[in-house]
Amino acid sequence: MAEKFDVIVVGAGMAGNAAAYTLAKAGVNVLQIERGEYAGSKNVQGGILYAQAVEALIPEFRESAPLERHIIEQRIWVLNDKSYIGTHFRSDNFNEERPNRYTLVRAQFDKWLNGEVKKAGATVITETTVLELLKDETGKVNGVRCDRENGEVRADCVILCDGVNALVGSRSGVRKEINSKEVALAVKEMHFLPRDVINERFNIQESEGVVIEILGTVTEGMLGTGFIYTNGESLSVGIGVIVSDLMKNRINPSTLLEKMKSHPSVAPLLKGSEVKEYSAHLLPEGGYDSVPELSGNGWMVCGDSAHLLNAIHREGSNMALTSGRLAAETYLELRDKGQPINAENLKKYNQKLENSFVLKDLKKYRRMPHIMLENKQFVTMYPDLLAGAAETLLRVDGVDKKTKEKKITKDFRSARGIFGLVGDAFKLVRAWR
Amino acid sequence: MHIVVCIKQVPDSAQIRVHPVTNTIMRQGVPTIINPYDLFALEEALRVRDRFGGKVTVLTMGPPMAEDSLRKALGYGVDAAVLLTDRAFAGSDTLATSFALATAIEKLHQEDPVHIVFTGKQTIDGDTAQVGPGIAQRLKLQQLTYVSAIRDVDSAGKSITVERRAEGGTQVLKTTLPCLITMLEGTNTLRRGSMDDVFRAVRSEVRTWSARDAGVEDITKCGLRGSPTVVKKVFAPQPRMEKAQQIDALGKSPAEIADETINMLFTASNQLGDDILKLTEAI
Repeated sequence: MAEKFDVIVVGAGMAGNAAAYTLAKAGVNVLQIERGEYAGSKNVQGGILYAQAVEALIPEFRESAPLERHIIEQRIWVLNDKSYIGTHFRSDNFNEERPNRYTLVRAQFDKWLNGEVKKAGATVITETTVLELLKDETGKVNGVRCDRENGEVRADCVILCDGVNALVGSRSGVRKEINSKEVALAVKEMHFLPRDVINERFNIQESEGVVIEILGTVTEGMLGTGFIYTNGESLSVGIGVIVSDLMKNRINPSTLLEKMKSHPSVAPLLKGSEVKEYSAHLLPEGGYDSVPELSGNGWMVCGDSAHLLNAIHREGSNMALTSGRLAAETYLELRDKGQPINAENLKKYNQKLENSFVLKDLKKYRRMPHIMLENKQFVTMYPDLLAGAAETLLRVDGVDKKTKEKKITKDFRSARGIFGLVGDAFKLVRAWR
Repeated sequence: MHIVVCIKQVPDSAQIRVHPVTNTIMRQGVPTIINPYDLFALEEALRVRDRFGGKVTVLTMGPPMAEDSLRKALGYGVDAAVLLTDRAFAGSDTLATSFALATAIEKLHQEDPVHIVFTGKQTIDGDTAQVGPGIAQRLKLQQLTYVSAIRDVDSAGKSITVERRAEGGTQVLKTTLPCLITMLEGTNTLRRGSMDDVFRAVRSEVRTWSARDAGVEDITKCGLRGSPTVVKKVFAPQPRMEKAQQIDALGKSPAEIADETINMLFTASNQLGDDILKLTEAI
């Protein structure tokens, strides 16, 4: 006789933990199934946490959660081979009692959050992979089949938080497989350095943190970004590029990472560090148009598995946490009203997401992935033009400023043409609105 | 038949770093695992149970978080778990550890007579291979170390026949029960528990014993006080050798390869030439 629960949550990442926690807190008999040895063991995000989404679950999370540093400074660098040009924003306002953003190591954070899920009363099993959804004779999902003997478990509702590959959903025929144009492959290294050295190199104190997002020629004309995050005693250094671009150019992302690490603006930050971990992961970066069907007869999908990631603002964990929570709340509302868990009623989850920042933000940048994918000048030509312009202006060499400005204008025009420039500006503005 | 398996929760040594300045082991953030050698003991115990009937109890001594290891063992299909945890056990060396474990096994024996005690060959953090034999000695059990296979256990639970790795070959040994077996690595493959095992692992109670619960009377034999071993110094050893160099020998004549080898040797050591000269002069 198969075990029976009210709800099964597949996965113990941000989305799965948020869903299972919310349900267990409300007294739902919930089973959470994680394929890794423990929650976080498969996770390589290293990582930014947006406090608001966690606070919505556990208001006092700062007291016990393993957090690395709170972010007080954000740098955006546009790199060409020799230079970077960029913006930095740093504010003491971010040194607040309840900071807004943190760097974190997901392996540790997820383990902690899953501990809270267990404390809330959920049944959590690990090292168990869900193979597919089970359906009754009417086609309603009523359980899952796992990769163990007697692997069938029943439930009224299944919440899929199984990550970017979304294998359970595609194996079960409730969605299509992911496409190489929609996902980025990110590689990351953990560079260990003493806390003091990190603080000196990044001009910060104690647990203050810096985030650097990197665009430009490091991706060799492909669509992608690099990053450097300060953890307590390590730096997360990585680069992510859209998979279809990698395939087309036959470039291994680790080659790009090596190149980025040796860039004259990056290398001094990493000097003398000990590399301890190397990892790779897919990121769902297709945006709004890649979001699959979010719910169906007896199931909902959250987080990476639902393609909820804002590639422009590098937000993902907050979308995962929020979507997991909203899926759980949808179930709770139906339960409280005594309504059946069917496709029509679960549409409420889609509405909740549409009304939240999650789908509003993805909708806002809906055009961005396509525009960036088809207009590689943004990552190839402009970094050189911008760096060239800055260098021309700043280098004091007896040439008058008007001539310098003319040279810059000429460089831009000859590189891209006046229509190209106007067109690019138009495209960006349109994608942004 | 009642089988007891002793396991230890150890830091995953593959992920340990030595602090470059203080030479201390940095345990922070290093995941813990069941000592890999113990998994062969665990699987063999389960196999003996499956073949000859009975139950398997898994026993560990450690901090409260060692419960994770026991739950894991339950997930492989073990029947019961006991955690021996007490501040009095902190700092135990192999002598004090085998005393505490032996006392707890004695207690289990009173509840349900124990026929076989399994341990791994050794741990990956201490590497002493002393605790298993220590338990056998204290409990006056027949001792079978480096066992590679269990051939037979007689139906009345009176004797056991095993294969044991020995220098130059395999010994086949038969002895009376109860006995203690330290299991050799690579001798079996750990099973994957069924869904029922996994649910049982989450739900079943792990019995937690303090020193007193386990029946320890003389507390001075436990923990730091009961441990004559003293750590005098901890240091990270120098790497024993430099990275090996390779000569690409493809399509080269023996003479060329010899030349290259000699070149490489002389480049690696500027003293080599002088030394050889001195030697030839001496001759």
